[in-house]
Amino acid sequence: MHHEAPIYTFLGLDFNLANVLMITVASAIVFLIAVLSTRKLAMNPTGIQNFMEWIMDFIKGIINSTMDWKDGGRFHVLGITLIMYVFVSNMLGLPFSIVIDNELWWKSPTADPVVTLTLATMVVALSHYYGVKLKGTAAYGKEFFKPFWFMFPIKIIEEFANTLTLGLRLYGNIYAGEILLSLLAASLATGVGGHLAAIVPMLAWQGFSIFVGAIQAFIFTMLTMVYLAHKVSNDH
Amino acid sequence: MLTSSLVLGAAEGASHNGINGGDILFQLVMFLVLLALLKKFAWGPLMGIMKQREEHIAGEIKGAEQSRAEAQKNLEEQRELLKQARQEAQVLIENAKKQGDVQRDEIIALARTESDRIKQSAKQEIETQKEQAVTAIREQVASLSVLIASKVIEKELSAADQEKLINEYIIEAGEKR
Repeated sequence: MHHEAPIYTFLGLDFNLANVLMITVASAIVFLIAVLSTRKLAMNPTGIQNFMEWIMDFIKGIINSTMDWKDGGRFHVLGITLIMYVFVSNMLGLPFSIVIDNELWWKSPTADPVVTLTLATMVVALSHYYGVKLKGTAAYGKEFFKPFWFMFPIKIIEEFANTLTLGLRLYGNIYAGEILLSLLAASLATGVGGHLAAIVPMLAWQGFSIFVGAIQAFIFTMLTMVYLAHKVSNDH
Repeated sequence: MLTSSLVLGAAEGASHNGINGGDILFQLVMFLVLLALLKKFAWGPLMGIMKQREEHIAGEIKGAEQSRAEAQKNLEEQRELLKQARQEAQVLIENAKKQGDVQRDEIIALARTESDRIKQSAKQEIETQKEQAVTAIREQVASLSVLIASKVIEKELSAADQEKLINEYIIEAGEKR
């Protein structure tokens, strides 16, 4: 079976409406979680506020492990938003997927390389922007010739490789997870024997997918901070 | 078949030739909008309150340290005062003792002189009394002996001889004494 994507062309740009839908859903969920959990802020935090503060401290820890807080403090908001968005996106495809008229509508937005590569490119572009902004154009340019001038081509390749691996790692993990889930679901649908055979691995793999989704969100954020630190810090 | 097609959807993935420029744009815009919104509505206030709490705690710690130092100072002061009071009390007691000793000596000396004086006067009085008594006795003895002698020697001696004799005896008696 082959599923089509609901493509809609507007102003010469191809929109995959499924992606548009899922990106919107993921963003809305992140926004709702964040806003609802920070509605009643108190000096002595309770419940969900504690959780949010834990996330903030967690991101702060990640940033502090890669660069000075003086440089990295400005990426705090980016880091929190990134990890929440990627995590929620990873979770969306886990419980089910929806196919209407042979078109795939409900999935993880991060199970699409276009989405993950967009995020990766954005991160790498940000790293270049802040590299120029914080260190100046000359110092930023010199980084490409360190430690030796002939490293320049490798450094250029590194930038593209970083972008590709950052995006494709996330995509690959989530996409593979969803493939296995759907295969297991397919065998669930083959009858009583299939039910019995597939139900345990299904449960196990869903649990593992949650773990993988969380880990991938963490790795994505961590690597974002590492790339930013490479461009921003002076000691590298 | 429905279930199968439903679940296999993800496995197949969305097939599409070419790049979804729209998706890229949409994802980018959506993420940036999300970033801005969260910064304004969620992370900003949360960071604010965390910062506020940090300051509050720092202030409280500082206050606690200050009051502790103050308490220490007060304690030190009180201790000093207590020590001083104790010393003063000691001095007072010592003074009182000294004064008591002096007073005792004074009283004793006064009493002694008084008693000496009384003794002296008593002695004097005794002496005068004795003198008087002796004089009185002497007169009485004289008259008595005259009486006795006159009665005894009434017939044999004249009054002049008698008196002469008696005076001799009395002088004799006075010398013997």
